[in-house]
Amino acid sequence: MKRYIYLDHNATTRPRPEVVEAMLPHLRGHYGNASSIYQLGQEERKAIDIAREQLSKLIGVQNADEIVFTGGGSESINWAIKGVAFANRNKGKHIVTTTIEHSAVMKTCKYLETLGWQVTYVGVDWHGRVNPAHVREAITKETVLVSVMHANNEIGTIVSVEDIGKICREKGVPIHVDALQTVGKIPVSVETLQADLVSIGAHKFYGPKGVGALYIRPGTRIQSLIHGGSHEKNRRAGTENVAGIAGLGMAAELAAKDMKHDEKHVRHLRDKLEKHILREIECTRVNGDPEHRMFNTSNMSIEAVEGEGLIIGLDMQGICVSSGSACSSGQTEPSHVLKAIGVPMELAKGSVRFSLGRENTEEEIERVIEVFPKVVERLRGLSPLWSDYKKGLRKSVIAGKAA
Amino acid sequence: MTKKVVVAMSGGVDSSVAAALLKEQGYDVYGITMKLSDWQDTEGRKFGGCCGSKDFYDARSVAQTLGIPHYSFDYVEKFRGSVIGYFKDSYLKGETPNPCIACNQHVKFDYLLEQALALGADYLATGHYARVKKAPDGFELHKAKDPSKDQSYVLYGLGQHELSKLMFPLGDLPKTEVREIARRHNLRTADKPDSYEICFVPNEDYRQFISEEVPEHARPAGPIRHVDGRVLGQHKGLPFYTIGQRTGLGVTVGSPLYVTAIEPATQTLVVGNKTDVLTQTFVARGVSWVAGHAPVLPLSATVKIRSKHNGASAELLEHAGGVQVHFQEAQSAITPGQAAVFYQGDVVVGGGTIDHAQ
Repeated sequence: MKRYIYLDHNATTRPRPEVVEAMLPHLRGHYGNASSIYQLGQEERKAIDIAREQLSKLIGVQNADEIVFTGGGSESINWAIKGVAFANRNKGKHIVTTTIEHSAVMKTCKYLETLGWQVTYVGVDWHGRVNPAHVREAITKETVLVSVMHANNEIGTIVSVEDIGKICREKGVPIHVDALQTVGKIPVSVETLQADLVSIGAHKFYGPKGVGALYIRPGTRIQSLIHGGSHEKNRRAGTENVAGIAGLGMAAELAAKDMKHDEKHVRHLRDKLEKHILREIECTRVNGDPEHRMFNTSNMSIEAVEGEGLIIGLDMQGICVSSGSACSSGQTEPSHVLKAIGVPMELAKGSVRFSLGRENTEEEIERVIEVFPKVVERLRGLSPLWSDYKKGLRKSVIAGKAA
Repeated sequence: MTKKVVVAMSGGVDSSVAAALLKEQGYDVYGITMKLSDWQDTEGRKFGGCCGSKDFYDARSVAQTLGIPHYSFDYVEKFRGSVIGYFKDSYLKGETPNPCIACNQHVKFDYLLEQALALGADYLATGHYARVKKAPDGFELHKAKDPSKDQSYVLYGLGQHELSKLMFPLGDLPKTEVREIARRHNLRTADKPDSYEICFVPNEDYRQFISEEVPEHARPAGPIRHVDGRVLGQHKGLPFYTIGQRTGLGVTVGSPLYVTAIEPATQTLVVGNKTDVLTQTFVARGVSWVAGHAPVLPLSATVKIRSKHNGASAELLEHAGGVQVHFQEAQSAITPGQAAVFYQGDVVVGGGTIDHAQ
């Protein structure tokens, strides 16, 4: 295996060794079906119950039964939105969400629009913050669900979900929180957030891919998305992915234990990286909220550079970063999130996202600090915009003047 | 440090093997596939060539088999402007374009090369059959060792900077061996047929393409005039004809007729007998020299006037805005818009675009 410097933890993370260890027995000897009566099945049931407890502790859930395991974050999100919409179709057909949601939320809402639902997309400020008052204004008598993300995957902005949750509770409208980017990284409590539904994905916090969970507050009217057997108390059919669930549980336990320490370490590295880049490379800026931002994320616009080229240039040096969100890589359309926060088109195309994680080291960041400006400089050498700027013929969007 | 080479992988066997050979030779190899037009065809037309997603997946599969990284570069805009635009304009001017040369000059060996270097590559490699040789006073572009596969004709526009950064790993190999290497490496493209069609033209039908893309220009009919002055009938639109073309004129006068000239100013198609298509002299414009500077003219050279032409002895002479080429023996169908490439032995001296026959 090549050695990489991995700075794309918002896309996915490497499962921790303890997580892999927790999974392995269920891929080897322990192959029973958790629904079976015999002991081979009971052992698997036990693993699932333990994992549910582990996750409950991480997100402040008193009764572990309120957590249902799913096939990943996107499934949780689809289920929360469609399940609530379908269960309340006689009550109303209006959903409120925001313009910076992950495509799992966006596309689910778009899909419901084709089936006759109406969706209000509340705008954000140029830091990506949602004004809770705007959510309040958007809620109507027809509103059956509010869906907001806890932290944005691209720019790291943390949304005041607590305040929006309070409004929803006041108005009697259930709220779904897409917490894929926060669970396991910063303290998340379903009580503090006042959330009725919370989507979780294991691979974002050092767990395995293909497994996630949906927290459902008792009393929330929701239909099933996956129909079949009576698994997960009739809420989510399908033979349980025991290895994945055990891995998720272990990842949750480890996250609870290491969260504080990891945040300190990662924040220091992120700040160091960001400071250097801003200092070393002219016409560069940070996107997102300076204050309410995930400690691991730095989204930067590098003027007169194409994000695609930056990513490939860095990959050729063994450094993994992304532009926009991973789901839109391969497309040259600028990210809808950057558009929503008003980043001009030419800057959005040259944006790069660093998202750090617990395994990153000082050494790695120093290497990136050394390599990144060189890659940018070479790519800018190709850009007619940049040469015009250098010749004083064109104003920089970021600097506001010509060189 | 290991040298980094970016290989332009089209999804064909040649570029696949180019990547395989470089990897064997120990280079740090990166595959890239240029996305040149939109893969989804809303009208369900078949898209072949290096634009098709099938070719993209073939290239990716080869990269996976070889264990090298693979990226796609979106060149749709650039390609549309500098190749497809040129292709249409050329027909509308009454010329016959060579879009592969335009792609080489404006996309592959210009933008792609510069981008590869900017990304940190030391070289760019392609699956072309040609050879770069280091001579005492610079780089030379030579024909491929296998004359039946030689593609130096489409590379005449390369200069010293490009040649110093380019690798053509297939230049010394016969095609049969290339396929063997592909099989040895278990590459999915080992038995993939060669493609000769124009990659962005569906169903190899450029006439259909022109009438769909620029209907307002393609349609106007005009007279078919014999070289002797007689008007023989009406043609279907000048872009549908090419110099030397025999069939499809829709008129008969006893002996076979050939297109001898296309005159867009008067919308006239000029036809004549086989001998009327023969010309001894023409002028090439936009001439470039591989050495980076013009040689002392006049100069004797072998000149190739289309990719399937064997080349013929000629004298290159000074001419305002280009080079005048005077063949020892008249050649058939000297076609404006096509490339004229000047050789001395196996070495490409330079070349240009045929402007007009004299």
